[in-house]
Amino acid sequence: MVELLQYSFGGLTVGFIYALVGLGFTVIYNSSKIINFSQGEFVMIGGMAAVFLSYAKFPFVLAFPLAIILSALLGYMLFKLVSMSSNSSVTSLIILTLGYSIFVRGASQVGFDKQMHTLPAFISDTPISIFGATITPQAILVIVVSLCIVTGLYYLFNKTKIGKAMLATADNKDAAKLVGISVKKILIMNFMISAGIAAIGGIVLTPITSTNYEIGIMLGLKGFCAAIIGGIGNPFGAVFGGVVLGILESFVAGYLSSEYKDAVAFIVLLLILFFFPGGLFGAKKSTRV
Amino acid sequence: MGNKGVFLDRGIVTTIVVLCLIPFLLQNSFHYEIAIMCMLNAVICIGLNMLVGYTGQISLGHGAFAGLGAYVAVVLSTTFEFDPVLSIIVSVIVLAALAFFISKPVLKLEGHYLAMATLAVGIIISIVLTNEDELTGGPDGMGVSEFHILGYVFENDIQWYILSAIFLVFSIWALQNVVNSPFGRILRCIRDSETAAKAIGADVPYYKTYVFVISVVIATIAGSLYSYYTGFISPEESGFMRSIELVVMIVFGGLGRIYGAVFGAIIITALPQFLTFLHDYEHMVFGAIIIFVMIFMPKGIVSLFDVLKVEKKEPKKDNT
Repeated sequence: MVELLQYSFGGLTVGFIYALVGLGFTVIYNSSKIINFSQGEFVMIGGMAAVFLSYAKFPFVLAFPLAIILSALLGYMLFKLVSMSSNSSVTSLIILTLGYSIFVRGASQVGFDKQMHTLPAFISDTPISIFGATITPQAILVIVVSLCIVTGLYYLFNKTKIGKAMLATADNKDAAKLVGISVKKILIMNFMISAGIAAIGGIVLTPITSTNYEIGIMLGLKGFCAAIIGGIGNPFGAVFGGVVLGILESFVAGYLSSEYKDAVAFIVLLLILFFFPGGLFGAKKSTRV
Repeated sequence: MGNKGVFLDRGIVTTIVVLCLIPFLLQNSFHYEIAIMCMLNAVICIGLNMLVGYTGQISLGHGAFAGLGAYVAVVLSTTFEFDPVLSIIVSVIVLAALAFFISKPVLKLEGHYLAMATLAVGIIISIVLTNEDELTGGPDGMGVSEFHILGYVFENDIQWYILSAIFLVFSIWALQNVVNSPFGRILRCIRDSETAAKAIGADVPYYKTYVFVISVVIATIAGSLYSYYTGFISPEESGFMRSIELVVMIVFGGLGRIYGAVFGAIIITALPQFLTFLHDYEHMVFGAIIIFVMIFMPKGIVSLFDVLKVEKKEPKKDNT
């Protein structure tokens, strides 16, 4: 029983990190219908920048916002590149964002380095014991931060004018322009928010899993799985997907085989795509000719 | 319209002449290795281009298929001492069956979902290859037995060069005949509008599966040959980045263009070898080049040749 609880705590922590990455996908998708394959790199940049700023003796309160801003700027750059591209076919957008991820990874290898880095826990290192299983304060922080962000996003998309403008942009760019929405500004905002959220994920996970220039690849893919499981476009869906994925992974690693832990996300992704193409909460979609 | 097959045309003749001349430029084993790598990648890309460029179905899993195919062949001939050619044949059958089996649910998806599903299949394959270390040697890879066809042993660079060149020319010739046939026209129709293809009575899932299986088979053969050539195989060759690289090659060269895949494969394979002098900046430059091409040459490198052609033949063309 203690084991089960312990695995669940581990799974929850990782799951909320996947959720944060998945949220990043959701935000960009919600305004532009683009799946950004470089989402994982924003996570990596957030973590790495925070580490190196703190090495440079910046206090956390300064280092973290700067890391988030750096990542948001990279999001802005991606938007610029996407809007420069005249060909907006799915394949070329996929290649463009993949190219960007290789570029950012390469830049991080040069600008930072190739080593593993970690940050000290933000609050305290002492694990908290609950019914015999332990959870670190850092893990609780990850969960709280994720919940705050998803609530914020929900509020943004459903209750504010800007959020509604974002949804309108996603739905029909031309119609959005006609009612006076500055589509370009909305898109820029979404790319920057998405990259910023990813960076927050990268920062809070660094004390738990450490970071290096390569962590973005797997995190990005698993975040995408999370977003798909919950039905892409729905912030709560992404959180649900992330948590389910994290817990499943943790159980597989604990009870079945730690080698095949990484395969879980992709098997789940395939099953979801085959049987619930709109995600577990998604509506059935039909294509117009 | 006559559907006579193309036997030799200007493109193929030029390719053969160029392939005959290249060995004079190659000075050492390393040069040969790059040339052979380019040609075998070009072959995989030709098959992949048929799927992505002509039929419009993206696959981010072909690196894994090529890797798995190579592993099946190599394990059979190295560990179980099968004849290498027989091993490749068995591997082709296994991979064709696998591709056939997964094509039905996977190819029902489209766009990003298709991309992610093929990517997921690829990553699962790569994880299996890394973890089943009793068979595959695990992350460190394994040595590979020598390659011979009916007792004729391939041991030096020139033999491998000729074998790869023949394979490449044959692939170009085959693709050219396929795309200009009624079959090829239906593929392009599926790419441009699946609904239209259905409306004219084409069995769309059948065509998609057919092309998918063929592209996997081509990848299997080329992947196996490459492992026999280098005498070594590791799971890295089936990894995520490998699959991405293959798609980048065809998009870079020009989607749905016969020589697009070839040029793309050659440039993307050879470029990192020339970029090594940049050391750590290699990846950054590589990524930047991909972005640059996608933004300024969305139709790929071969579209540069079109500009030349248009200027020569139709100088007064206007857009009416």
